[in-house]
Amino acid sequence: MDIGKKISTAAAIVSVAGLVLFGATSTDVAAIEAETPENQDWQFEGVFGSFDVASIQRGLQVYLEVCSACHSLNQMAYRNLADLGFNADEVKAIAAEYEVTDGPDDNGDMFQRPARPSDKFVLPFANEKAARAANNGAFPTDLSLLTKAHPAGPDYIYALLTGFEDEAPDDVELAEGMEYNPYFSGGQIAMAPPLFEDSVEYSDGRKATVENMAWDITNFLQWTAEPEMEERKRIGWKVVLFLLVLSAMLYAAKRKVWANQH
Amino acid sequence: MSTHTQHSSSSGGGLVKWIDSRLPIFTYLQKEYGEFPAPRNFNYWWNFGAILSFMLVIMIFSGIFLAMQYTPHVSLAFDSVERIMRDVNYGWLLRYMHANGATFFFIAVYIHLFRGLYYGSYKNPRELLWIFGVVILVLMMASAFTGYVLPWGQMSFWGATVITNLFSAIPLVGDAIVTWLWGGFAVDNPTLNRFFSLHFLLPFVILAVVVLHVIALHVSGSNNPLGIDPKGPQDTLPFHPYYTAKDSFGLAVWITLFAAVVFFAPNFFGEPENYLKANALLTPAEIVPEWYFLPFFAILRSVDFNLWFIDAKLGGVIAMFGSIFVLFIVPWLDSSKVRSARFRPVYKWFFWIFVLDCVLLGYVGGHAPNAKVFEGVDWLEFIDLGHVGTAWYFIHFLVILPVLGMIEKTKPLPTSISEPVLGGGQAAAGAAAKPMEKA
Amino acid sequence: MTDHAGESGGQPESRRDFLYLTTGLFAGVGTALALWPFIHSMNPSADVLALSTTEVDLSPIEVGQSITVIWQQKPVFVRRRTAEEIKIAEQTPVADLPDPQTDAERVIKPEWLIVVGVCTHLGCIPLGQRPTEPRGDWNGWFCPCHGSHYDTSGRIRKGPAPENLWVPKYEFLDDTLIKIG
Repeated sequence: MDIGKKISTAAAIVSVAGLVLFGATSTDVAAIEAETPENQDWQFEGVFGSFDVASIQRGLQVYLEVCSACHSLNQMAYRNLADLGFNADEVKAIAAEYEVTDGPDDNGDMFQRPARPSDKFVLPFANEKAARAANNGAFPTDLSLLTKAHPAGPDYIYALLTGFEDEAPDDVELAEGMEYNPYFSGGQIAMAPPLFEDSVEYSDGRKATVENMAWDITNFLQWTAEPEMEERKRIGWKVVLFLLVLSAMLYAAKRKVWANQH
Repeated sequence: MSTHTQHSSSSGGGLVKWIDSRLPIFTYLQKEYGEFPAPRNFNYWWNFGAILSFMLVIMIFSGIFLAMQYTPHVSLAFDSVERIMRDVNYGWLLRYMHANGATFFFIAVYIHLFRGLYYGSYKNPRELLWIFGVVILVLMMASAFTGYVLPWGQMSFWGATVITNLFSAIPLVGDAIVTWLWGGFAVDNPTLNRFFSLHFLLPFVILAVVVLHVIALHVSGSNNPLGIDPKGPQDTLPFHPYYTAKDSFGLAVWITLFAAVVFFAPNFFGEPENYLKANALLTPAEIVPEWYFLPFFAILRSVDFNLWFIDAKLGGVIAMFGSIFVLFIVPWLDSSKVRSARFRPVYKWFFWIFVLDCVLLGYVGGHAPNAKVFEGVDWLEFIDLGHVGTAWYFIHFLVILPVLGMIEKTKPLPTSISEPVLGGGQAAAGAAAKPMEKA
Repeated sequence: MTDHAGESGGQPESRRDFLYLTTGLFAGVGTALALWPFIHSMNPSADVLALSTTEVDLSPIEVGQSITVIWQQKPVFVRRRTAEEIKIAEQTPVADLPDPQTDAERVIKPEWLIVVGVCTHLGCIPLGQRPTEPRGDWNGWFCPCHGSHYDTSGRIRKGPAPENLWVPKYEFLDDTLIKIG
């Protein structure tokens, strides 16, 4: 029985390990040989992760001044910016810089009005077809969930934004209008490098290098994808600690109940 | 036969008696869960029935509250789920509980199933109990499949497209069936709406079959790690407080693991591609189901050859459904008179090989069939492993189980459950399943 | 399946009971806390709360005119009262009122009466906003469902309604812009 038990236990552990393995790697990275993004150390990673609010605020600036020309952020509303430390008036002011279509009015016409905090972020294009028409047939993907929509998430976005190369390698023939980026599936991306040194002027004086802007926009996009993250981890600690204590108490109770049976 | 009616309901006891004399729910609970004699030698693999009941409750609870906020229309579904995640109070918690709840539900059900295979819990007189269990598994799969479509992400849409398309492999009526399933000419709004309706319905069907499953269990009584019947009260313990205490502890540990995933790694088991809105004009690079379907997906794809008049597509469908159907008939495939693998030294090996086979099939299911298993080794593709894994799966059930029972030399069974505890090493010649005597 | 272990038959030991009791309480508290997210998820969500205020531009409204705006999915009557209507409202003896309230308690600027247009009896929407609609015996509003009459301050005068038309919280952001809620 002993050796059998040992074998069974070992096999059980191997099975569980196998399960975890294929749980974690159950898909191939997009079939064509995109380069694997390097691992970065993000403040939001891990069970103690938190948001770097200063970086996210800078990322918001990068989004509004650079990316929003083509990319929508359709899951976010201006009122969500309150979570970044902006007060009600500041949120109202940011929203009011943009115009939304509202209506119909009493004449039956649609009209433009300044955005309110309750409005969603204004879309750069009226619809997908307009977006494609303005971008050579390519569709600038919505950014709200991008860090959750790719296996490597934030590492991928950072690598992509900093990974544009001036010239494609010899064995890659670029189609017309395409740029070379080794991190993008297929190597060819329709987006021209969006970030250049000093594309934006940071109000806190931080140097707007491509790396810094890419870092900040990635932090911003992680926040847009998972705004609940800090609350989730905070509650998570309380719940797990509570359950560990409860498990210990129930174990003691079980032992007491079974005391006369062993 | 009604007892004298109590008119005083001022005490709790009076109220209980008043209800009980009209609907004996309390007497029933006392008998079936209070005093019910359970074998005294359960190990922790026996906790999973209670764990599964808990998971069903969690899924129904979280599902109902999610359904209050979800919109089953193709233009609104994805955004309604994001609204739940962002704007609904604790919506993210409901969603992550439900999605990861499905994963934990399947982890538990597979452990529970493998427990049954190992200890012979499917054998006489528990064949119907086992069949109800496989029915529950099939209903769980249908629930999970319809549920995954609802967020209307890329994988929701394309997974639905691939799996519903399989039915076109059925000769003659295949295409008509697929059109009927879709309610149109492709997976679209009618499909989403009906999947929502079915997804809401199926858990309650599961609940009903679970009730049947538990009733059947209480007729035969539980199996136990030794696989021999209890012979009297010395072999059993009342379910309460012994197993209520043990189940509570096991459940608390399980919930701790569940909470760790929900709060700290809620997307670990998920597919990132499903965070992109469904696009009928853009097929993802890889279409993969959730992990709990991967072994069956591997079996489906491993039939990549034609067999006489059965083309590969139909062959795959038959193999996939066959792999589930074969579970129904396990009680009649296994010819061994000995229940528990503890006393079946050869079967024990084959059991663990089968477990590894299932893990292998799962691993294969998650990779493109023609991808190389190892870099630089050109001749070994995942489809090859799939062929081996699928073949072995059916060999295990259709060859090993029937043959092994007839030729295996089993170990001698103990005379009773309490015998190893009370001492004495009497060896019994065989193991005729004696009817369980209730004290 | 219970959350707590009961006593195992025989003499209850106080120490054993204490363990069961505290474990049971702990589990019970945990269960209750776990229920809260489900209940709270049914409370108004963040996007609904974001629409809990409405701004109304008063400049297009003429003297004697009433408009209806939507606030929190309910109709709100905004009436620019004539001098006559204001005078009658202010001079009504409070003792005559089923629900005593002075006009001053119900308006910020007397020219503007802002009330929720839902009858306090059973919730119908009273008539009187359009020039063609009946305004009831006190020239305010008339509810056709069960015959409640409201005056030029939106106060109940006759009929089954128990209370005056409800005045929402509002403020003047400037002379012609109010924020309700």
